[in-house]
Amino acid sequence: MGVEPDRLHFSWISSAESTKFVEVVTEITEKVKALGPNTHYVKKEAKVA
Amino acid sequence: MIAYTDKVRQIARRLLEDCSVEMVIGFRKGSQPMMNEPCFIKKAEDADQLVWDGNCGINLANYLTGRKEKIAVFAKGCDSRNIVTHIVENKVQRDRLVIIGVPCTGMIDKRLVASQTEGEIEAVSETGDKVVVKLKDGGSTEFDRRQVLQGNCALCVHRNPVIYDELVADLVEEQTDVDHWADIREIEAMDVEKRRRFFEDLLAPCIRCYACRNACPLCYCPTCFVDESRPQWLGKGQDQIDVHTFHFLRAFHCAGRCTDCGACQRACPVGINMRLLTKKLEKDCFELYQWEAGMALDQRPALDTYKPDDPEGFIK
Repeated sequence: MGVEPDRLHFSWISSAESTKFVEVVTEITEKVKALGPNTHYVKKEAKVA
Repeated sequence: MIAYTDKVRQIARRLLEDCSVEMVIGFRKGSQPMMNEPCFIKKAEDADQLVWDGNCGINLANYLTGRKEKIAVFAKGCDSRNIVTHIVENKVQRDRLVIIGVPCTGMIDKRLVASQTEGEIEAVSETGDKVVVKLKDGGSTEFDRRQVLQGNCALCVHRNPVIYDELVADLVEEQTDVDHWADIREIEAMDVEKRRRFFEDLLAPCIRCYACRNACPLCYCPTCFVDESRPQWLGKGQDQIDVHTFHFLRAFHCAGRCTDCGACQRACPVGINMRLLTKKLEKDCFELYQWEAGMALDQRPALDTYKPDDPEGFIK
């Protein structure tokens, strides 16, 4: 549907795997930062309270 | 397929006369050409209203859920697979249904016929392999039936019903020489940017009338997520994000259940081919889990089963 493949990640991390969690989150953050902000799937309308 | 009509009426009359069912769901002529409408027959003498031709594209499985009476329903290949899905999902009970199988040779694409015809269409009739269009100004045009089939019918590989109590005619030969996934592969091959624009163009005409959802036998939720107000999952307006969310999410709700009957596309007043979305999921289900929806009563759906060797390449 036109979302860049690097923007979406799936991982299976047990609650005991804190190191893996850190690694995965760091990697995802870097990849998403490299892509920049998602401009296409953002609602442009002003929010009505 | 027009020849089925007599047999359709005969079967409906018999079932109602001997009280095997309380209601027969079939089609009758609509008020406009190429627009047959679903019809609920409760008396044997009304059975003559029924017809069967290439304009019975609506999926009658849509009318089976939430009913108490014993029903007989006419089912094409795709409809019968939706009935199987209903039974597997406990929406209908098999013993309350009489399924009358209709071996199908494809439904006529009313938009294609209209776009290839000049002038206002008065009537459309079928004779064998020909579709004859009669115009208001007295002229007529003839089409080869295969040239004006709905997109899903032209590539259909399950024309015969998979479940039935009786048949209106002999089973037809299944198509084997069709490239079922050609259009999906084309979209898969696009790069991200092109694909995004493709979907923007595809869904741009959508007016959010939800005809596709209402025509779909799978969309039987008492309250659809688009109608929820607490919480309100998505906006009611024409914002592109909301339109896209509706279409993509609806497609995902049909993953592993859709039989590509084409009811959604047929119902769409602006002619969006939203089948491309459900078909992609159909392809994924087939390639990842060798799953085709509604083929047998004793198989659990792809999203309902776990196998240790399920592909999980997307999980890191």
